[in-house]
Amino acid sequence: MLDLAAAKPVAAAALGARSPALPVLPALGGLLPGGLRRGSTISVTGSVSLLLALLAEASAEGAWCVLVDLPVGSATRVGAAQMGAERLGAEAARDFGIDLSRLPVVPTAGESWTNVVGALLDAFDIVAARAPARLADADLRRLVARARSRESVLLSFLSGGAGRWPMADLRLVAEPGEWSGIGDGHGRLARRRMRIRVDGRGQAARSREVTLWLPGSRGAVEPHEIARVVELSDVRRAVS
Amino acid sequence: MLPRIATVWCPDWPVVAACEAAGAAASDAAVAVLGANQVVACSPHARGLGVRRGMRKREAQSRCPELVVLPRDEAAEARCFEPAIRAVEAVVAGVEVVRPGLLSLAARGPARHLGGEPALVTTLQETVSWIASDVAVGIADGAFAAEQAARRAVVVPAGESAAFLADLPIATLDAFGDSALVDVLRRLGIWTLGGFAALPARDVAARFGPVGEWAHQQAGGRDDRAVVVREPPVDCSVTMELEPAVDRVDVVAFSARGAAETFIANLSARALACACVELEVTSEAGERAARRWRATGVLSAGDVIDRIRWQIEGWLHGGDGSPRLTAGITRLRIVPIETVPTGTHQQALWGGDGEAGERARRAIARVQTMLGAGGVMQPAVVGGRGPAQRTRLVPWGMCPPEKQGEEREPARRVDAPWPGHLPSPAPSVVLDPPAPIELLDAGGHAVVISDRGSVLRPPSRLRLRRESPVAVTSWAGPWPADERWWDPASAVRVARMQVVDASGRAYLIAGEMAAESEPQWVLEGIYD
Repeated sequence: MLDLAAAKPVAAAALGARSPALPVLPALGGLLPGGLRRGSTISVTGSVSLLLALLAEASAEGAWCVLVDLPVGSATRVGAAQMGAERLGAEAARDFGIDLSRLPVVPTAGESWTNVVGALLDAFDIVAARAPARLADADLRRLVARARSRESVLLSFLSGGAGRWPMADLRLVAEPGEWSGIGDGHGRLARRRMRIRVDGRGQAARSREVTLWLPGSRGAVEPHEIARVVELSDVRRAVS
Repeated sequence: MLPRIATVWCPDWPVVAACEAAGAAASDAAVAVLGANQVVACSPHARGLGVRRGMRKREAQSRCPELVVLPRDEAAEARCFEPAIRAVEAVVAGVEVVRPGLLSLAARGPARHLGGEPALVTTLQETVSWIASDVAVGIADGAFAAEQAARRAVVVPAGESAAFLADLPIATLDAFGDSALVDVLRRLGIWTLGGFAALPARDVAARFGPVGEWAHQQAGGRDDRAVVVREPPVDCSVTMELEPAVDRVDVVAFSARGAAETFIANLSARALACACVELEVTSEAGERAARRWRATGVLSAGDVIDRIRWQIEGWLHGGDGSPRLTAGITRLRIVPIETVPTGTHQQALWGGDGEAGERARRAIARVQTMLGAGGVMQPAVVGGRGPAQRTRLVPWGMCPPEKQGEEREPARRVDAPWPGHLPSPAPSVVLDPPAPIELLDAGGHAVVISDRGSVLRPPSRLRLRRESPVAVTSWAGPWPADERWWDPASAVRVARMQVVDASGRAYLIAGEMAAESEPQWVLEGIYD
């Protein structure tokens, strides 16, 4: 088979691409070894914190990021809509390392979701948007193509069952975490151990699992002590 | 040849201004204005009772128990003096404001025009007495002599200033009572300005340096400093009257096009461009509202119209936290708050985040025209106890509340101690307004927090509205927060708790402390 994945960077270099990839926090290195590749589409499921952590390093280094129709917390995800306006916790975003002066938020794009995301992809380095429940395939393809041609990263946040994003280059799924530091009436929330599953197309086709403290102590992200990237295919091979 | 200078002096100006700011009558009450716990100025009545400048507050009050003490407000002093300056400027050209309460002008020209120095004195006195009840005018050679002449309300004939100054006490040199020079001179046995002026200039310069040299010139009536004329400010604001009153956004925006173009044209005629604009409207019911907007770079006429449209939409329909107007708009005023010379490129001025920033800002402006001003928000971390208070979202480009003009709010500092604020990690999702939630104990009743901040029966289940209850696996708290206890109307006593449900989700919830009936719990944040 022709190794397309290997051929790609050469082509990009020949075309004089802006910069290869946007950096991610060192703790997320196991998750995204090469950073956020410009022009790619990544879907994130399960955790707003994970989404914010992905933006953090790039934002701190000067990239412009934008949130569209975010955040939507797990309360809404379980179905209790119209509970009250959910907003970004600016403090949490700051603690991850995001520069808030370069993080505009579009709380509700409504009917013009496609136009708004399209306009933002033209100018921003990272556009993180919640995928609406219903999105025409043609619109979806157009946005993915736009992200690729403008060399920006489209992070689509999928809230539970609603919304889909079949064309993602990479899929990150956060599993419910375990909180530590809190007991039965004592302590406080300190940090959360979270398992994140990664799979994707092409180069990233092999699924992996990474364990992180997200958030770790003082709101930042830390690798888990026994941080291991488990190649699921290896596990399967070992089992069989 | 020394310039002939006329000086207008309003005695005890800090008192007049502080009384006006406090809305008190200054005429015959004993009033003292304090700065750094020392009397800065006092009213004639207080002076009659023995209050002096430089006294400590307690000392002044012991001399005069009925003394009304007001804090010094230098901004108000300048503001209240502005009408007096304008009145004088209407009579003569070229006025120098020495400090609020004291202004000087070159006397020769106006005196000739009005027919002599006595006529000039009368004219100035009449002009200013409309604004300040107490006013004195003096004319002499040189600014220092003119100020002393004004304090004594005399006209010193030309060439006699040195003789006029000679008999004045040495303390005259020291207008603010903090000069070490005067103290030294007194100890050297020099009690009058004449005595000081008689010293050889070279020796004074050698002993006292430039400060002494300057004082020596003043004492000898050789103060040849010219009047530094203030440039009258130009009003570039544009007012548009709407008759009859309009309550539709598109109509206002359409009518405002001409006003916005005039506004920009007026500024550019003075080689200025606007970087921050204030929009002020008056409604038919007499309400006034004002908001400031800042742009990346400079505002064009189209940008001004966009901001007018967004702001008026907020005022007429509510939604972005602005106060709502109840009647149609009758007047719109566009005021330039910050201007820059045309041609200075803004990109460099604002910290130069380069082409990417410029492009991003343009995209934001485009989305704002699609969705309205509230369509794009700027998050910021501000001080507060609850998570919703600590996150602030303002429409992108609108100045935050503490930078608004007259309706400004005090800034909530992040680094101030906020008792009751939980340490990090902060919830990544914040609910504003908080959503009702049920926190139930094993018996199915709402969890109660006692007056002393302890949980009587531990929580066992959590129930979001219209959901089936989920088991609580672990919880922490409660952390009481006694908010705004000084104001009974807005005081709240809440206790916050962190709970983790069976699926591993963590929530920040708050409930009223020591409630009479079953407390209502609310969901404030989600650690998503």
